[in-house]
Amino acid sequence: MKRNDGRKPEDLRELEIEAGVLENATGSARVRMGKTIAVAGVYGPREMFPRRLQKNSQATIQLRYTMAPFSTDERVRPGRSRRSQEISMVAGNALEAAVFTEDFPKATIDIFVDIIQADAGTRTAAINAASVALADAGVPMKDLVCSVAVGKIDGTYVVDLAGKEEDASACDLPIAYMPSMDKLTLLQMDGNITKEDIKKLLELARKACLKINKAQREALKKRWLS
Amino acid sequence: MKVQDEFIRRLASQGKRADGRKFDETRKIEIIERPIEKAEGSALVKIGRTQVIAGVKLDVGEPFPDRPDEGVLMTGSEFSPISYAEFEPGPPGKESIELARVVDRGIREAGALDMKKLCIKKGEKVWMVFVDINILDNYGNLLDAASIAATAALSNAVFPALDKEGRVDALAPKTKKKLPLVFKPIACTSYKVGDMLLLDPTIDEENASTARLTVTSRDDGNLCAMQKGGIDGLTTDDVMSAVETSIKKGKEIRKLIK
Repeated sequence: MKRNDGRKPEDLRELEIEAGVLENATGSARVRMGKTIAVAGVYGPREMFPRRLQKNSQATIQLRYTMAPFSTDERVRPGRSRRSQEISMVAGNALEAAVFTEDFPKATIDIFVDIIQADAGTRTAAINAASVALADAGVPMKDLVCSVAVGKIDGTYVVDLAGKEEDASACDLPIAYMPSMDKLTLLQMDGNITKEDIKKLLELARKACLKINKAQREALKKRWLS
Repeated sequence: MKVQDEFIRRLASQGKRADGRKFDETRKIEIIERPIEKAEGSALVKIGRTQVIAGVKLDVGEPFPDRPDEGVLMTGSEFSPISYAEFEPGPPGKESIELARVVDRGIREAGALDMKKLCIKKGEKVWMVFVDINILDNYGNLLDAASIAATAALSNAVFPALDKEGRVDALAPKTKKKLPLVFKPIACTSYKVGDMLLLDPTIDEENASTARLTVTSRDDGNLCAMQKGGIDGLTTDDVMSAVETSIKKGKEIRKLIK
């Protein structure tokens, strides 16, 4: 099966990762997956305000996901939507799994992700970028969290859905994954599929994540070791 | 709090729960159909001491431009401060938004409602279905309770009467015509406590859990929505086990809905 952009079913879109793209942020990264572009900036670990929200024995991870108004065909209304609040929460949780939060009691690590162009897979691009930005900021982590969405189009399992494919797919199943521990830290699905589909899709997604993980490491090496 | 969490995790590692249930054993589920006369459809769901009420209201409105011949579904939820000491009044928090969105996706992606049959005049007038979920008493497992309540309310909902101009006549008696419900989606959430997965946690078990996976199934055993929550990671085996449990429990729970 050939996809409409010429990819094979197991191919990722063109993947570009750059670490250290912002001056002010403690750490930052830009990730492009096809036409989807995410920029992540990490501030902290820094003091958590208001103080009553501090956690005594660990740091708080706060992620804010925002889509730029110009990022899609139809303008996105600025401000927080229900969708962006949900994505902020699940993406934050997906990354927190990897961070040694107990190293920074009472602190906060703020992650801001701006989607400056959206063509499906924005939450996965956001997590991939945020993960590199956390590492770029020197935050101690168990692993680089990597993320991809998989689907099923005309009976074929496909990796890293692009904009038009998302509508054609029987499901949209994004995951975030920590390869070293073989653990899924984000998992969502909407669509209509069977148990066997889920098993095969997870297998495919984990394989694709390994490729992303490699690219994330390369980006960090390029920034810090060359 | 921490001591209690430790206690619950240790019990789980020994294969036990504080109330003596098995890991895949739910508390007693009770569905009270149509407790709200004024709503088009409603259901009060009790799971043990957890109580959630869902109400369905219908209105006539304009379709979305990209789906001119389909009705509109909107799902909201209110974590009322009446239900839990830690719920505060104010705009919906992220947990409340997540719950409503997960229930909404279950209904939408299952194709539970035949949206085309909710079209009155293409491009101009369609039925808008509002599902609102109110939490009355939080003793754990709100997501599953909310999903059961929403599906039960949709399955007993009827169309309201229209006036001469084609607007909803709220004061007239409702019709007897039921909503075009094709499937009954049921969400079932597995909670990770220690290394074990268990169903239908009490509030204490829920607080001691480090991750959860909600899986929504349809009558035909297909899966239509999944959502992981919590910080901890899940293995593929965890996921497949939660999927199997959801298919099995969905069948049992669906029988309770009229």
